[in-house]
Amino acid sequence: MNLRFKPRKDTETVGRALAHDSARGHVSGRARYIDDMLEPEGCLHLAPGLSPVAAGRIRSMDLSAVRAAPGVVAVLTAKDVPGLNDWSGSFGGDPILAEKEVVFHGQVLFAVVAKTRLEARKAARLAKVEIAETRPLVDVRDGLKSGKTVLDPYTFEKGDPAGKIGRSAQSLDGEIVIGGQEHFYLEGQISMAIPGEAGAMKIHCSTQHPTEIQHLVARTLNIPDAKVYSECRRMGGGFGGKESQGGQWACLAALAAWVTGRPCKLRLDRDDDMAATGKRHDFRTHYSVGFDGKGVVEAVDVSMAARCGYSADLSLGVVDRAMFHADNAYFYPEYRIHTDRVFTNTVSNTAFRGFGGPQGLLFAERLMDHIAIALDEDPLEIRRRNFYRRGRAVTPYGMAVKDNLLEDIVGDLARDCRYQQRRKEVATFNKANRFLKRGIALTPIKFGIAFTLKHLNQAGALVHVYSDGSIQVNHGGTEMGQGLYMKVAQVVAEIFGQDISKVEITATATDKVPNTTPTAASSGSDLNGMAAKNAAVKIRDRMAKLAARLYQGKASEVVFSKGQVKIGSRSVRFEEMAKRCFLERVQLSDTGFFSTPNITWERETKTGNPFLYFAYGAACSEVMIDTLTGETKVVRVDILHDVGASLNPAIDIGQIEGGFVQGMGWLTTEELVFDDKGRLRTHAPSTYKIPSCSDVPEAFNVKLYDYPGKKPPTIFHSKAVGEPPLMLAVSVFSAITHAIASIRPGRLPMLDAPATPEAILRAVDKMN
Amino acid sequence: MRDALHFLRNGKPVRVSDFDPDTTLLDYLRLRERKTGTKEGCNEGDCGACTVAVGRVVDGRLRYEPVNACIQLLGQIDGADVITVDDLAEGEVLHPVQQAMVDEHGSQCGFCTPGIVMSLFTLWHSGRAMDRADVNEFLSGNLCRCTGYRPIADAAIRAGRAKRNDALAKRFAETQKQITKLRNGEDLLVGDENRFFAAPASVPSLAALCAAHPDATILAGSTDVGLWITKQLRDLPKIIHVGRARGFGDIRKSATKLVIGAGATYAEAFDALSAIDPDLRTVLLRLGSRQVRASGTVGGNIANGSPIGDMPPMLIALGASLELNHGGKTRTLKLEDFFIDYGKQDRQPGELVAKIILPLPKAREHFRAYKISKRFDQDISAVMFALNATLSGTRIASARLACGGMAATPKRARHSEAALAGLDLGDEAGWQKAVAALEKDYAPISDMRASADYRMQTVKNLLVKALTELAGEVAGGAAALRVSGSRSGANGEARP
Repeated sequence: MNLRFKPRKDTETVGRALAHDSARGHVSGRARYIDDMLEPEGCLHLAPGLSPVAAGRIRSMDLSAVRAAPGVVAVLTAKDVPGLNDWSGSFGGDPILAEKEVVFHGQVLFAVVAKTRLEARKAARLAKVEIAETRPLVDVRDGLKSGKTVLDPYTFEKGDPAGKIGRSAQSLDGEIVIGGQEHFYLEGQISMAIPGEAGAMKIHCSTQHPTEIQHLVARTLNIPDAKVYSECRRMGGGFGGKESQGGQWACLAALAAWVTGRPCKLRLDRDDDMAATGKRHDFRTHYSVGFDGKGVVEAVDVSMAARCGYSADLSLGVVDRAMFHADNAYFYPEYRIHTDRVFTNTVSNTAFRGFGGPQGLLFAERLMDHIAIALDEDPLEIRRRNFYRRGRAVTPYGMAVKDNLLEDIVGDLARDCRYQQRRKEVATFNKANRFLKRGIALTPIKFGIAFTLKHLNQAGALVHVYSDGSIQVNHGGTEMGQGLYMKVAQVVAEIFGQDISKVEITATATDKVPNTTPTAASSGSDLNGMAAKNAAVKIRDRMAKLAARLYQGKASEVVFSKGQVKIGSRSVRFEEMAKRCFLERVQLSDTGFFSTPNITWERETKTGNPFLYFAYGAACSEVMIDTLTGETKVVRVDILHDVGASLNPAIDIGQIEGGFVQGMGWLTTEELVFDDKGRLRTHAPSTYKIPSCSDVPEAFNVKLYDYPGKKPPTIFHSKAVGEPPLMLAVSVFSAITHAIASIRPGRLPMLDAPATPEAILRAVDKMN
Repeated sequence: MRDALHFLRNGKPVRVSDFDPDTTLLDYLRLRERKTGTKEGCNEGDCGACTVAVGRVVDGRLRYEPVNACIQLLGQIDGADVITVDDLAEGEVLHPVQQAMVDEHGSQCGFCTPGIVMSLFTLWHSGRAMDRADVNEFLSGNLCRCTGYRPIADAAIRAGRAKRNDALAKRFAETQKQITKLRNGEDLLVGDENRFFAAPASVPSLAALCAAHPDATILAGSTDVGLWITKQLRDLPKIIHVGRARGFGDIRKSATKLVIGAGATYAEAFDALSAIDPDLRTVLLRLGSRQVRASGTVGGNIANGSPIGDMPPMLIALGASLELNHGGKTRTLKLEDFFIDYGKQDRQPGELVAKIILPLPKAREHFRAYKISKRFDQDISAVMFALNATLSGTRIASARLACGGMAATPKRARHSEAALAGLDLGDEAGWQKAVAALEKDYAPISDMRASADYRMQTVKNLLVKALTELAGEVAGGAAALRVSGSRSGANGEARP
């Protein structure tokens, strides 16, 4: 693909396709992750001892052989925790070290601290643990049957959907099982704790939420937040898996450092990481729908049951978001959208790119496919007929869709990728072939941007201009590869009119910017970009004021551009102006703060706006399946996606492509298999298959939507891009559905996600 | 007898004598050299973040292959040149592969990037064109969770246009000379009687050492044994590496047969095996990854007795036999007889799998092999199917059908073979007998890769697929029924 981007007319640095700030470090191996940092003298290493069963009471733990093993310095159990033995940042119920009960396979029972990591790992296997095992609740059905939940059910309801469905010209019902997903961040969970003076603790943690890590470590050790320094320079991937899930490992490392008085590092082995940390929630979704002869929905009744695992963790927000996106792009006049948050004896499911949105959205697209197949119409036509539009613009949570781009984006993409013509070609191919079948689908997305938990929509930043004109920027957002640091640096460079090379990016640290919120909900640049801008503008305004005084002009007329500070015909270098500010005793450092306006959502009353705006996009995917084996190949993908006015188009394209492929994995090859004892059997990349290079079609055309309309009220009019593109991959699932449907027109393929060869073959068989 | 490892690190000679036999190359790099550019992602050779380039002289020419340092043992790199991501940039000037990755926005979180750079570095030096197919092949063992690979593929293609005049190119002849000199025919043993890493230089001394230490771990590519160390945390006090024994990996072809030394890696055996049939080539390209094929051996894949290895069913269908060597005494047996039961093979402790003897198919023999897995590249098969049918006109004179993943061992489908014998390819109703007979041949299990039902149904369907393809081929019209890869380029069904 040839990437050439038009420069923005309204900016100098913002909008440029600059490389990731660490690109040179990444490719040369010089970018340091926590395990690459020089270990402090005497650093010790931890390994957790994990529960071999999924449910039961601990009868005894004989750790004598563990303690006696070579290199072992200490063995930690629940008794060693001076503060609260709970790493939950939300509702509680997440023991750092098990006390009496075991609630999932892979739960941490104890932790070994040893001189080397290998010694710690070997020693951890010597424990003799007796657990009175009980029958675990493993999948959603087990959990539903038991009636155990981690949180109360929650429903959006309007009108009389059941009655309306009964009165509709046509009605259908169906079910879809939607699998979970392992994050498979390439860098596993890791923390290093270094004891400081007078009871202080420094913690390096690979986390999307350094502030929560700070608070959890303080609570574990029973010390004030102010004594904990939490820092993260970069993560080797996060995807939501380090929003809350880093907590336990940080607490353990800090506890070990507290107990031994030495620096301590905990890096999970991959298999332990996959067994012991939360994943995307899997869903079991039932629905019925009533529609008219044209396929226009009149009422929907949908029930989504989510496997939350043994604790609530972030399940409230995750499952809520499944409800916020159960409409996707479609207007439901009457509805009941119900969710159950089911307890199971499995790992506590957590945030994962899209945060429940993808599961809700997949339902909406299944619904459209179901209606289209029942009516023997082009699913794209059915989708379009159900789009939000004027007069049909209010979502099931009461927010009006005011920035609607659905028809524009879908129309442009359908034309550019020759959807109609290719659909005919697919039909011709399918007629001529008995075993190989093709399918094509074009699906839209509409994704709400903001945290649905109101107080999280805030950010802080700290900007310093030094007297040599170089600039340091710090903010509460974390860097997990998404390019946030670079985007914020571009914003700061823009404000000062300075070259990007003068902006130094620094690690996210709670002693620089306190009380931050997680880098999540796609909101990293929306929030932190704005906070950094606010900090930079304060400094720039003071610089302008001085310039106006020195060079006889108005402060409002001072221009910062191309490394110069200009006033009238005068122009001085930014460096010189910075120096003058110092000499004239003008403050060159400031903080910035931002809280997202117009977020008014009240969960109790189900009123108000949960989102600042919507991001839109559409994808067209074409697949070929083998009806003898269930194998599938994605042969072509076209995407048109809305990022507003891009802060950095290269980074945005990267998010779109990467998100799409990650979503494709979720819906095709990535399968989490738990056995009936609640043990995850796919706990390593040998058995859990994320997409590899050859799974990505060579014909992979991704374009940014050229935004003509009303500009979003955001940082330089850009839109969030982290999560929405993942859901573009629903087009792959729909295309597979289309291919299978060709076997017997009029019948919906009973395809569940992920569409593994086995799932596809099962669906194929049910067609015959 | 030499008692220290001799190898090159980026062209510079290194000597190491104090190491535990089961030390991995990655631990050596990260913990001992403190070179932390190379990352550990999975610790089992599946993600490729730890990829380094290892140079060896093969057929008189220095070649660099990507290797998973996390499961490669330090001792295995004796006599080789090891280049890591830390070595590529010259001061502040990035290597062309690195620069292209920057220019094409090929990194996001950056954690897989060092491994990707090294895989592309070996591709860059391979003399290939560096088109997308090459890139797919060389990145089959490198997982990236951020980018979706497109910019990485573009970076590779861009780097492919650069002149090959990096630091390695400049020292190539000198390094080849140094490496050739390291291979001096001396046996290697580091440690003592009870705890050692040994790498005998000849087959007789290898066979003798294995016979003398029947409790030792015989190590070939370490793509399996490596995981005993990193995942099972087993202590392996005695390791005998077959990789230095001269002639142990030789590949010889005559008019009627192909003999593959058990020490030959998949990479070394690739051309000879690929020449037998396009399907064999396709499966080989999906077997493990480039990294796994660079280290893993055909012999090791047999000796470890795995019921899900990809190679044994194909070799059995082609009628291969094995030569074993016990302290110099050799014996030969049919490959299918080597596999007795799950975890049980016809091999004595201290006995070596020495050679695979493969009769070359004659013109009337028609071969088909299908590998079924959740992901196309680097995935363990749910089902591996291989059929070798001898045709007489449109009639099947005889057939050998073997599958992996269908029983406790790779196993022939004798009932189905019997039903196939004498069958006319045009007799679609007759096919069903052979298909139904598979129920008598196999009783697969359910696991995380597939259910028993899926395996059974798929094997039946694969026989239908193979017969459909053969019928098409005999009729001179049809192409292959494949969604990915193909025998002839065209895909689809022009049914006869």
